[in-house]
Parts: sequence; C-alpha cells; structure tokens
Amino acid sequence: MGATASHLGKDLLSEYQVSNVQEPAHKRFTELLSREDKNLPDPRAPTEAILTLPELKSNPFRERIVRVFSTSESRDGLTFEDFLDLLSAFSDSATLEIKSHYAFRIFDFDDDGTLDENDLEKLVNCLTGETDETRLTPDEMKQLISNILEESDIDKDGTVNLSEFQHVISRSPDFVSSFKIVL
Amino acid sequence: MNRTPVKEQGRGKERRRSTAKKLKPGTATGNVFGSTNSSQPQFHPCLLLDMCHYFKQPLCPCLSSEQESSEDGDKEGEGEDEEVEEEEEEVEKEVRPETLTPEELEKLKEAVDDKKKLIQALRGKPWPMKKKHSTLRESQEFLEKYEGALGKGKGRKLYAYKVMMNKKWMKFKRDFENFTTACIPWEMKIKEIESHFGSSVASYFIFLRWMYGINMILFDNIGTVPRAEETNAMDFAVLWDFGGYAQYSVLFYGYYNSQRAIGWLKFRMPLSYFLVGVGTVAYSYMVVIRKMARNANETGGGDENSFNFSWKTFTSWDYLIGNPETADNKFASITTSFKEAILEEQESRKDDNIHLTRFLRVLANFLVLCCLAGSGYLIYFVVRRSQKFALEGFENHTWWERNEVNMVMSLLGMFCPMLFDVISALENYHPRVALQWQLGRIFALFLGNLYTFIIALMDEINLKRKEEDVVQFNMTMWEASLHNNTADNSTAPPLFTHPADVPRGPCWETMVGQEFVRLIISDTMTTYITLLIGDFLRAVLVRFLNYCWCWDLEAGFPSYSEFDVSGNVLGLIFNQGMIWMGAFYAPCLPALNVLRLHVSMYLQCWAVMCCNVPQERVFKASGSNNFYMAMLLVILFLSTLPAIYTIVTIPPSFDCGPFSGKARMFDVIQETLESDFPAWISKVFSYAANPGLVLPFMLLMVLAIYYLQSTSKSYKEANVELKKKLQMVN
Repeated sequence: MGATASHLGKDLLSEYQVSNVQEPAHKRFTELLSREDKNLPDPRAPTEAILTLPELKSNPFRERIVRVFSTSESRDGLTFEDFLDLLSAFSDSATLEIKSHYAFRIFDFDDDGTLDENDLEKLVNCLTGETDETRLTPDEMKQLISNILEESDIDKDGTVNLSEFQHVISRSPDFVSSFKIVL
Repeated sequence: MNRTPVKEQGRGKERRRSTAKKLKPGTATGNVFGSTNSSQPQFHPCLLLDMCHYFKQPLCPCLSSEQESSEDGDKEGEGEDEEVEEEEEEVEKEVRPETLTPEELEKLKEAVDDKKKLIQALRGKPWPMKKKHSTLRESQEFLEKYEGALGKGKGRKLYAYKVMMNKKWMKFKRDFENFTTACIPWEMKIKEIESHFGSSVASYFIFLRWMYGINMILFDNIGTVPRAEETNAMDFAVLWDFGGYAQYSVLFYGYYNSQRAIGWLKFRMPLSYFLVGVGTVAYSYMVVIRKMARNANETGGGDENSFNFSWKTFTSWDYLIGNPETADNKFASITTSFKEAILEEQESRKDDNIHLTRFLRVLANFLVLCCLAGSGYLIYFVVRRSQKFALEGFENHTWWERNEVNMVMSLLGMFCPMLFDVISALENYHPRVALQWQLGRIFALFLGNLYTFIIALMDEINLKRKEEDVVQFNMTMWEASLHNNTADNSTAPPLFTHPADVPRGPCWETMVGQEFVRLIISDTMTTYITLLIGDFLRAVLVRFLNYCWCWDLEAGFPSYSEFDVSGNVLGLIFNQGMIWMGAFYAPCLPALNVLRLHVSMYLQCWAVMCCNVPQERVFKASGSNNFYMAMLLVILFLSTLPAIYTIVTIPPSFDCGPFSGKARMFDVIQETLESDFPAWISKVFSYAANPGLVLPFMLLMVLAIYYLQSTSKSYKEANVELKKKLQMVN
C-alpha cells in the first residue's frame, strides 16, 4: 500500500473516470494482500485470496474471471489496476460492448478466440453446479449444444465467434442487468 | 513516465509532418482504432501519423506499454513501426501551418478528428486500464500539439482556453453524476436484496422506487397551486370519513374557489387547476412511453424466442448473487430450466390428445368469466346498498356497513387471484404462458372492479346534482327573503352574514375525491395487513411450531412464503391507476401515494429479508419488463377516460371548486382564449379545430403508420437474406 499505488489510483481518477468506487475498492484490495506485499510498489494479490471475496465466492466462473483480468504472464493474481478493470467491466456504467467482450473471454475456456463444443460443454457444467445429481446427461448435453449452435452460429462453422456472440447478447434483455458485480 | 526531449535521441528522428500516405494499407483507419475481435487490438498510436516525436524512444509511452503488457498485437505493431519508419524520407524541425501543403493540412485535420473520436470512444473499448490510460495521454498530447497549430497561432490562446473550460466542464459533469448516484435513495437496501434474491425480486423494488419518483413529481406539480392554512387535527373517526372540516380543506377540490385572479399575483385559479391536471396526465404518459421505448431499444425489438437456448446458457447466471444458498438454488433452477426446455422442444414435435386440452381450456376460461361477472355484480350491489345507507344517515350503521364498498373491493382483490390460480391447473400450459394468462386475468378483475365502482359513483353524482338543484332553489328563496328584509329598513347597515351560515350546495367533485381517498387507504391497509399475516405470521408459526409438529413444516406445507413479484408489481400498477383517476378531484392523492410508497418500501424490504425465501423457479419476470410498462400505459389511458368524460359532459357544482358557475369545465379554456390572449391566437385555434383540417391530418398519420410498418417488414426480410448469405459464404 505504498504511496505509488494510491497516487496511481488518483491519477486514473482525474484523467479517466473508472467508477465511483475508487476508495472502497482500494481498501478491499489491500485487505487481500499479504503483509510483505503491501510495501511493494505495484503489489499483486494472489488468486486464492481474490477467490475469497464474498462477491466472487459463489460465482461458478470466478477462476475464469481472475484469469481473464490478470495481466501477468502466468495469469495468476491481480494488480490493483487489474482489479479496477474488473470492477469497471462489471459496473453499471460499462457499455454492452465491453460486457459482452469480457463475457466472451470468460466463457472461452481454452482461450482460442471462439466458443467451440468443448467450451460450451464446460460452460454448461459450470452452470449446473458441481454435484452429479444436477448435471445433465450426455444425451441432454449433446442436444443442448446442438440447439445452441443452431441458434447462434450464423455462418455454420461449428463455433461461436465474438461477433455472433455479441449479436445474441445484444438481443437479450437481462444480460446487462445480470452481468454486474458491485462491491 | 518521463519524457526526454527528442532531439538528441536515437536515430535522430525529429518531428515529421508526413501524412497518411506513408501508411501501409493494412494500417488504414479501420484497423487503427482497434477491432472488436478477441485477439488483441492492433492499434498503435504512433502508427496513425508518423508525427509522434517520441518515435522509437525507450521512454515512449506506446513502447513502454508494449513492454509491460504481454499482448501479441503490440509486437506486431512494433514490427510494423519499423517498416513504416524505413519508408520515411522527409524531416522537418517544426510544424507550421504555413509550411504545409493543402492536402497535408487536410490530412492533419482528419487525423486530429480521428483522435478526438478515439478519445470519446475510449470508454467503450474493452482494453485493460493501462492501454486506455496510455492511449488517452498520447491522443491528448497529439491534440494539444497539432490542433493548436491548426488554429493558426492567433487562435492558440482561445483554443487553450476552450480546452481548459471543456476539461472543467467534464469534471463538473462527472462530479455531479457521482453525486446524484450517491443520492439515489435505498441503494444499499436494494443491493442487499439483489444478492440474496437475485435480480428479478430486486427489479420490483427498483420499479417501486421509480413510481415513488413519479409521484413526487406529480405531488410537486400540484403543490404549485397556492394553499392557505392547514386543516386542524381532528379525531380519527371524523378524519377517516373525511367529513367535517377536512371536507373543505385544501386536500380536496372544493376548496379552490372560482375567483379568476387571486390578488396581486393575478393567479388564474381555474385555468391553472385545469392546466395542472392536464399537465400531470401528459407528463405521466410521456414518462411511461419513454421508458417503454428505451426498453424496446435495449432488447433490440422482437425476436424474443429465437435465442432461447443461447440466452439460457449465456445470460442466466446472475453475477450479483453472493450468498451460497441462493447460488445453490440458482444452480438447481438453471438445471431444471435446461431440462424443461429440452423436453418441451421434443414434445412440441408431437401433440397428443389436443381435443381434451382444448375443451379443458375453454371450460377454464368460462369459469373465469363467471368469476369476473360475479365480482362485478357484487361490487355494484354493495355500492347501491351504501347509497341507501347514506340516505339514511351514516350514524345508524356499523363500521362494516359504512366501509362496505372498500372492504369488499380489497377482499375480492385478494381472493380472486387465488381462485384463478386453481382454475388454471385445468389448463396445462407451459409455466410462462400460464403466468401471462394469470396476469391477464387479474388485470381484467381489477379493471372490472374499478369500472363498476365508477359507474356506481356516477349514480351518486347524479343524485348529488339533483340535490344541488333543490339547494339552488332554496338559496334563491333565502336570498329573496334577505332582500325583502333589507328593503324594509333601508337606513340600516347592510347585513353581513357569517360565511358559515350561508347554505352550501353539495359538491359532487369533493364527494368523488373522498371516495377515492377512502378506497386507496383501505386498499393500503389491506395490503399491509395481508403482508403481516400472510408472510410474517406464517414465518413465525413455521419457525416455532416446527419443533413440536409431526412433519417438517419448513420443507413441506406450508413452509416459508416466496416473494410474488408479478402479483406485487400488478398491485403497484393498479394503485397508480387509482391515483391517476382520482388526482383531478382530490389533489392530495399523489402526496398520499408518496407517503404510502415510502412506507411500503421499508416495510416490504424488511418483510422480504425476514420472512421470504428465494424463489425456486426463477422466471425471467424482468424479461417481461415491457409487459409491465404496457400494462401501466393501458391503465393510465383507462384511468384518464373517466376523468375526461366527467370534464366534458357533467356540469360542475355551482357552489364549489374552481369551475363553479360554468356550464362545462373546459369552458375555462375558451374564456381565457377570448379574454386574455390577443385576437389572432383565438383565430388560429378556431382554424385548427376545423374538421376540414383535422380529418386530413388524421389520414396523414394513418398513412405514416402504414408506411413505417411496411418498412419494418422489409427490414426483417433483408435480415433473413443476409443471414442466408453469411451461411453461403462459409
């Protein structure tokens, strides 16, 4: 929690409005750091600490979220700027374009730029919970994935790319209101 | 990030004024501002024009962001940098507008515009903070340098001033927005509810808050009519009946007298009253329609069912959920909805025994119609009875008999929906369709009740008017006798009669207002009492009796109640409809409603957190957002109809209210037009009201609607064609 970190925060605030949660965000972020890290100029909070945040704890996509917003090489841990990026993308003032872009990256489990059948399968498994009772049977899963591709895959190449995804999302009335995290 | 002066660095590159023609085709504007595909954007500010004089410096912000972030695109950008650089030929010390050729000036202007657009669009770009930050600073420096130059030196100071004012204005706007967001009431409460119950329950409270805002504005509107002293406090019974002194108070229509202008303000009471009424209605229409249009815009209009499975997969998780129990519920409901949807799709391909289903549905609808007719008749009967009681004098009857009408209406509103629920079990619809039918029937029930009530009121109004005629007759007799008395002693001072002694005529408008207020208050009381009994008492019973009961009360019957979003929203909408209906005759109604909504907010927030559990099946009630707005619009329209009818047809009371003495209420407009405005305005109005003008205008509007509809149809067809083309290309 050096002077640099807070100076950086204020700098961003003056030049580019991120959101109006600068101070509480900084407080919550520094709570996640270990004692030695607090004195570093640009500390990075480890993934395990971030996953303990109550807003993320119950989210089935929490690990993907941290990976997507992390700018380190090993995609592990968030700096304060990354954390602000996260909050900004999930805030009320983020546009549909930003949200759909990040949603696409979160759902893209293998980071290849498209949502293919494996990605969709992992996605559905995340959504139906961890236990075996709530999972779909393989038949149902196949049926579901083929239905999804039939609806969203406009160019019929077997995968959903970003523009197709954004096209589907832009028609949805609930997406913007549900893709929100507030500290 | 420090900047060191250019001149001594690197390859001796100095400021260039070369133009876009140096760029390779791949780096044309379309690509420069980043693409929205998932690979990292190829934007590199230095590429736009080779005028960045920090080109290729280790301290160049562009380069340092390349080093810091591990994105591929930047490496690509770097490669391109070098290639472009090698094509460089011209070198210039400084940029002066006079030294640039016209095309270069033109290209410079374009570049400046592009940078400006980039800065504005920066917010919507899904880049990490660092990149946005560096791009913003780059672009701003570029603009400062070259836009000033374009301003030809003399304009430089003015330009700098403009830029500074702009910055200050942006900062002010931002601060103001932050302030207003912080001022939004009940934000923390709603957030808590969101994390426990999900966004559909929270959407009810957001709707409640919006209604509160509208009523505040209506209340302020009406408050502009000047008021004198307040009423004295009376004991509750008299106040409840709104008789006595309150009848003549500011709260009701009868208070406002018909003087044309009050004192030195020359405040035109009748006209202002009328205009305020019209104004509030128009404002309400505008707000509702605007919200509908905005909702329709956001959903992209139409095509609601065509992305069923994709939406379930991509948008069904509610990121606001922070509670593990709610999350488990959500998992379960998502699984159920997947399985249901898959099953439904398989079943829609086969339909069996359609005749039985059709017969059952017709039967169910018949039963519902019987219910509605029955409740309508009951209300009519009760209102007639209360008229009889009124004639006999209210003191002879019990409390129940005095307030029969209101109680009956509230009770019907409570029990009939349950009946409809039971009947709908016959119908065997998909749950979402069944919900819509249910809402439609409750809607019809409320509407029927309200209109029956109004028709019954009409009879009372006619009764009052007959009374009026009698009183008027008596008044003339009384005045005549007064004149006779004074004529005898012509030397005595003129007789002053105390105002209270003057017999007042009955005021049917105030009576209508009173009825509405009573109705609304009893409705409110019923809601609160059912809330306390139905939810709170039930929760207490389940909690404490569970220890000594045979079966598990919490899991089986009755268990905790769920929050019924649609029922509550409907109740809110109907409440608002009644307010709109009565607002013309009892200006205090919006104020009452503001108070009521305020209390409701706190009470319901507490009740939801304390006694309710999250719903097991989560219907996208928010998806039918426009459905609720449409209902609100219909209610608004239907509530203003009675008021308009009475304004247009029934003559106002002769003795009370701002319109007394006139033949019809809207005569006040004609009078104003004739006497206060210059002559040409009334001529204009008389031309405009000419049927010869109105009919062609209406015809024009019909044609416009037809044209717009055919255009939208052709757009839809074009859409389908394009989709086919996309598939063929691949």
